[in-house]
Amino acid sequence: MRTIGAAIILMALWLLLSGIYKPMIIGFGVASVLVVLLVVRRMDAADDDRVELRLKPFETAKYVVWLMVEIAKANWAVTKIILSPNMPIRQHLFAIPFSQRTDLGQVIFANSITLTPGTITIETESDDFLVHAVSYSDSDLEALADMDRRVTATESEGG
Amino acid sequence: MSLWDGAINALSWAFILSGSVFAIIGAVGTLRFPDFWSRLHAASITDSAGVILLLAGMCLHSGFTLVTVKLIIIGVFLFITGPTSTHAVANAALVSGLRPKEAPGLVGAEPESLAESSGDPKEGAQ
Amino acid sequence: MFAIATIAILVAMVLVLARLYLGPTVYDRVIAVNSFGTHTVLLIGALGFLNGRPDFLDIALLYALINFVGTIAILKFFRYRKIGDIPHSSRKEEAGS
Repeated sequence: MRTIGAAIILMALWLLLSGIYKPMIIGFGVASVLVVLLVVRRMDAADDDRVELRLKPFETAKYVVWLMVEIAKANWAVTKIILSPNMPIRQHLFAIPFSQRTDLGQVIFANSITLTPGTITIETESDDFLVHAVSYSDSDLEALADMDRRVTATESEGG
Repeated sequence: MSLWDGAINALSWAFILSGSVFAIIGAVGTLRFPDFWSRLHAASITDSAGVILLLAGMCLHSGFTLVTVKLIIIGVFLFITGPTSTHAVANAALVSGLRPKEAPGLVGAEPESLAESSGDPKEGAQ
Repeated sequence: MFAIATIAILVAMVLVLARLYLGPTVYDRVIAVNSFGTHTVLLIGALGFLNGRPDFLDIALLYALINFVGTIAILKFFRYRKIGDIPHSSRKEEAGS
C-alpha cells in the first residue's frame, strides 16, 4: 500500500517536472521510479525509520495562512531594525516549552520559530527549545506560546 | 489586454520589486549587524520574505502552467530547508562555544550540560 | 521587470560576498555561503524569465538541493573534521570539549 502510494507520487513528480510526454521519456520515468522503489525497499531493511503524517488538513491550512501573516509582521519589524541608523538590538537567549507530542509537530514548531525573522531556534535536544531573539520584548514569550498552541491544534489524535 | 490581465501584471510587478528590495535589505543586514547571532536574523529575511515574494511574483507572471508547479516545488523546498540550515548553523556555533552577548538587564538561559545533549547536525538536517 | 530583479539580486550577492570576505568566524562565512546560495537560486529563476527560457527553473531546483546538502556537509566537517559515518563514542568526547 505504501509502495503503491509512493509510486504514484513519484510518477506524478516526474510527469510534472519533465513536461515532455513522449513514450520514451515516460518509459525512462517508469524505470527510474522502479529503481527508486527498489532502493527504498532495501533501505527499509537496514533502517525502519518512518515519518507519519498525522495532521488535520483544514487546521494545517489555517495555520499556514496565519504563519504567513506572522512572517510579514516579523519581517517588517526586523527590516526597521536593519534600516534604522543606530540599530536598536536587544539580544536575548531564552527557553520556550513545547507541547507537541509527535516529532513532526515539534519540527513544524521549531521551523516556524526560525522562519519568522527575529527569532531562531538554537537547541532542540532538551525538554525546552532554546530560542534566540534579536530584539527581545516581553510580549515575545506570549506570541511564541500562542504559536505553540496553534501548532498543537494541527496535530490529529493518536499521534 | 483586459483589466484582469493588467491587475495580475501589476500585482506580479509589485511582488517582484518588493522581493528584490527585501533581498537587498537582508544582504545589507548581513553586512551591517555587529555580531554573528544578529547576522543570522538578517539572513533569514532573504530566506523568508525575499523568497516568498519573488517566487509569488514569478508564479503570477507565468500564469497557470508547468512552470508554476516548478516554482511552487522550489518554494516549498526552500521553505523547509532554509530554517533547517539556519538552525544547523546556529546549533553548530552554540556547541562550539560561541555565546550571544546579552542586552543589558537580561540574563540569558544557559544551555544545560552540552556534554550530554550534543546537538547532532544529522538530526538537525532531517 | 526581471532586469530590475536580476540587478537587485546581483547587488545583494555582492554585499553577501563582502560579508564572506570580512566574516570573522567560520560560522559567519557559512551563513554568507548559505545566503549566497539562496540568492543564486532566485537569480537563476529571474534570469530564466529574463531570457524567456523558464527551463532554467530545473537548474534552480537542483541548485537549491545542492546548496542545502553542501551547507550541512560543511557544518558537519567543521564539527567532526570528517564527512561520513561517525562512531557514537567520538560524538560525546567532542561535545565535552
